[in-house]
Amino acid sequence: MHRFAKPSVFLKFTDPVLPWLAGVTALLIATGLYFALFASPIDYQQGDTVRIMYIHVPAAWMGLFCYVGMAICGAMSLIWKHPLADICARATAPIGATFTALCLITGSLWGEPMWGTWWVWDARLTSMLILLFLYLGYIALVNAFDDPERGSKAGSALALIGAVNVPIVKFSVDWWNTLHQPASIVRMDGPSVDPSMQVPLALMILGFTCYYFVVLILRVRLELNERRIRALQLSGMFDQRSDQDSNNEQNYDAGHNAEAKP
Amino acid sequence: MSLSRAKARKRQRMYMIGAVLLAVAGAAALLLTAFEDSVVFFFSPTEIVEKSPIDPDQRLRIGGLVVEGSVAKLADGQTIAFVVTDMAESVSVSFQGILPDLFREGQGIVAEGHMSNDGTFIASEVLAKHDENYMPPEVAESLKKSGYWEEIEAKNAEQMRN
Repeated sequence: MHRFAKPSVFLKFTDPVLPWLAGVTALLIATGLYFALFASPIDYQQGDTVRIMYIHVPAAWMGLFCYVGMAICGAMSLIWKHPLADICARATAPIGATFTALCLITGSLWGEPMWGTWWVWDARLTSMLILLFLYLGYIALVNAFDDPERGSKAGSALALIGAVNVPIVKFSVDWWNTLHQPASIVRMDGPSVDPSMQVPLALMILGFTCYYFVVLILRVRLELNERRIRALQLSGMFDQRSDQDSNNEQNYDAGHNAEAKP
Repeated sequence: MSLSRAKARKRQRMYMIGAVLLAVAGAAALLLTAFEDSVVFFFSPTEIVEKSPIDPDQRLRIGGLVVEGSVAKLADGQTIAFVVTDMAESVSVSFQGILPDLFREGQGIVAEGHMSNDGTFIASEVLAKHDENYMPPEVAESLKKSGYWEEIEAKNAEQMRN
């Protein structure tokens, strides 16, 4: 497994996959949106408002999915000190946070016309908000240290401890009574969403999942390239430029000092 | 030798993480069970009846299905009265204000307010509770015709109870 987790192998494997995955993502989301907005029926109670679900449910799924991924990467980075696991966790956090925020916003937009309120402090909504704060806390924490390794350690610990919240989000609607409705898709006696509405939902969930992997690959590649540039700079590859830089600095310093000391 | 020591360290870290996660999960479970009454969003009519008499100063939420045929506008022209039930117990509710669009007989609602001394719940806010069923109007019609509808409503009432 570790053999595949080398940065060079990651780049080699994802290079040919990326354009295909991006194409599939665009196709899935485009057809998904077409079905969601035009080619699916209205709900018997909600009317057209039901279409918010096609963004809300996939976004909620991605919020949890990304968090589980982030926590697993965090564990791998703590146990095996694997740099790629750490990069993946850091790259996942803002994506997951965005999906979680999207879920909360679309849920609020749905809640106003349906429930009669933008927000209530029930177990599902509150635990989802905590999920968003966990993402934001992770992002702040990993960037709070001068030494990136210490930031990763602290962040991974937070991600792992926060993973306790994931089953709470999922089962909050079963464990306590909430204003939020119980699970519609992943439940014991099969989905309670009409098959005609499952089509756009499935397309959007698949599309969002592929989108996550596209952005993840891009972000990891960006980080690997940045690290490579830093390593090259340190090894003296850009000596000529850095010489110039330091000369300029010296000149400036001299001028500055000359001014300061009359 | 050094390799196996590194392996042992990795295993040790793995056990550590497992132990910490178990401890945190246990603590979270204990906390949430201890504060169950504050974590639940509303009480069912059965719980309200069990807890009564409830102090009129205590604010709480009650959730249940609106009993068919129970919704009435009182003589003052502003107060709406209805009965919520979980099919075991029922509590009458009175409310002055704007009802949400989804409010209708047979529909689940959550009302926030306080109990009056005569056992009526005085609501200051009424929210509609949507169930987990999504279907086009035609499917809803055919379900109503075929008699599956009662099954769904019974399930909704059950959810209000637990």
